[in-house]
Amino acid sequence: MQIASSQFKAAAAERLKNPHLFKALSNLRGRMVTGRATVIEELDNFEEIREGARQVRDLALANLDVLLEEFERNAIARGAQVHWAATMDEMNRIVLDIARSNQVRKVIKSKSMLGEESGLNGFLAQAGIDVRETDLGEYIIQVSKDTPSHIIAPAIHKTKEEIAALFERLHGTPRKNDIAEMTREAREVMRPHFLTADMGITGANFLVAESGTTVIVTNEGNGRMTTTLPRVHVAIAGIEKVLPTLEDVSFILRLLTRSATGQSISNYLTFTTGPKRPGDQDGPDQFHIIIVDGGRTKVLASDLREALRCIRCGACMNHCPVYQNIGGHPYGWVYPGPIGSVLTPAYAGIENALDLPNAATLCNQCGVVCPVKIPLPDLMRKLREKQVDRGLRPASERIGLRLWAWAATRPAIYALTTKIAARVGRRMAGRDGLIHRLPGGGAAWTDGRDMPAPAGRTFRELYAARDRSAR
Amino acid sequence: MKVGLFVTCLVDLMRPRIGFAALKLLEEAGCEVIVPQSQTCCGQPGYNSGDRRAAQTLAKKVLAEFSACPYVVVPSGSCCGMIKTHYPELLAEVPELQTEVQRLASRTYELTDFLVNVLKVERVASRFDGIVTYHDACSGLRELGVKRQPRKLLSQMEGLTLHEMQGPEQCCGFGGTFAVKYGEISARIADQKCEDIQSTGADAVVLGDLGCMLNIEGRLRRRGDARTRVLHVAEVLAGMTE
Repeated sequence: MQIASSQFKAAAAERLKNPHLFKALSNLRGRMVTGRATVIEELDNFEEIREGARQVRDLALANLDVLLEEFERNAIARGAQVHWAATMDEMNRIVLDIARSNQVRKVIKSKSMLGEESGLNGFLAQAGIDVRETDLGEYIIQVSKDTPSHIIAPAIHKTKEEIAALFERLHGTPRKNDIAEMTREAREVMRPHFLTADMGITGANFLVAESGTTVIVTNEGNGRMTTTLPRVHVAIAGIEKVLPTLEDVSFILRLLTRSATGQSISNYLTFTTGPKRPGDQDGPDQFHIIIVDGGRTKVLASDLREALRCIRCGACMNHCPVYQNIGGHPYGWVYPGPIGSVLTPAYAGIENALDLPNAATLCNQCGVVCPVKIPLPDLMRKLREKQVDRGLRPASERIGLRLWAWAATRPAIYALTTKIAARVGRRMAGRDGLIHRLPGGGAAWTDGRDMPAPAGRTFRELYAARDRSAR
Repeated sequence: MKVGLFVTCLVDLMRPRIGFAALKLLEEAGCEVIVPQSQTCCGQPGYNSGDRRAAQTLAKKVLAEFSACPYVVVPSGSCCGMIKTHYPELLAEVPELQTEVQRLASRTYELTDFLVNVLKVERVASRFDGIVTYHDACSGLRELGVKRQPRKLLSQMEGLTLHEMQGPEQCCGFGGTFAVKYGEISARIADQKCEDIQSTGADAVVLGDLGCMLNIEGRLRRRGDARTRVLHVAEVLAGMTE
């Protein structure tokens, strides 16, 4: 996927002016945030499970080489074909090769963020293959030629009314206002594609090393049809998705759906182990699994490694005050919100996403809700340090910080500077005690806020005066 | 009990009364308060802007200034969090300072946390007439677990009624330099905080971090609210709100 993260500021400003977006995102602030808070109460030892999940993920990441080979052996033993791709381009080519060698004309696809990373849909379409997204949100995104703005709720930036208008135009049916009716309509449109597709593509929430199984967690049933109806099934997964055992999967699942949508369990949970066996009623003739690096080993070897624990629940973005106001698109790549502010620079280059790690208040709401305890604010701070080390910050900011540090380490100069600043600031204020317009860089503050004026004398001065009068 | 007061650079420059309120609360609780005169800033602006070296220099300075204090008290969750939770990581490259930095971190406290959990203060002498709502500033809440402490002291004050807002733990949008680098987003986040505060009908919003206070007050006033006061928890507890 093309990266547009360098336009973050302009894109965010545009989103702030969009009242529809704010209304659409109220779903997230309501349903997902309060839903999570309610449903984690079901577990009386949520924090212990969270710590356990962190350990499970860390252990898996520490043993990726061994686990991936174990996964490959077991998957092959069950009849699957395993492919390895070092890059996203290589993954796309492997998918196309499989499609071509099976005379595939139509593909149905269940949601995959890895597919978004590689731009798989566009790549296959260019090769003349008809690709149909079957997740309702992804379908809406595909037919409106949009991009996902959330990793589990890709169309969350659209209101019900916008989608109703889209369906009316696209399907040529009378306008519906009921979500269940709109869903049924989409289902009817999709059904023939499920039945005529030659190949199904899914992502994988987990790869299970001990059994060679791929796991997908879904709510709509489209995933299960994608894995069973077409004659070829291709699952694509990043190398970090592997877990040692089925027991580990069930453990992590206790956190995944609760953190994601506030559900105790998802509607569907699909375990795929090998293709159709002799005597099986359903299933594909071929089952291919493509295991993709795509920059993961580089992150694994870096100080951002903890980000690879991510199980893609989206809780960090649901709870992020910035995301809640601008949505996912301004982040400019596949993963928005706090995890995106780490993964985007990590995968697509620090210099291509300078705003992302800085556009956060470091409130750490993301860190406390992350089910695998990724220290997101710390990782964003590390990325800020890398920007400074590589000289990627603007000169005004570098000089400003240098001057501040220089003065703050010289108490006499600092005392004098603040003494003057306190007085100047006082003078700038109106009778209401507020500064309505700050000069220079301070204007960015006063554009949207007043600045309560300083009291006029510093604590240091007043304390010294009190000390003197006490003596 | 000897206590070092880390005033914080924002309180020093913008609102010294908060420093004096903290001083009064500590002295009334029987502490002997030391205020090192050379103190400036904890280094947080540099640390959060990626200027690790500048932050380290200031961390070493704070370490030296407060090394003689058995306790260090800070009327700010974020500056306290900087010392208590970030200094050990920030100075990890300086092994010879590890013992000292761990010692400083373990005896540094946010003001209300110190009053309630170390000094075991049950109630304060002053009164406040009106309804207040308490905003949990992020660092105090999520780095230090400051939640119950200020409420405990406030709710026992004469004349004071505490009305909780809907989302007291939601960030106000300040975020240090974020408020200037991404002013528009910051002001929008502050809007939601302002609405939440206003819907409680409180006379004052009370919190423990001056940066967030400036952000909330600045946005409230710009929205035309000249009524809702924005007060530091130390000012309210010390009866120094006029």
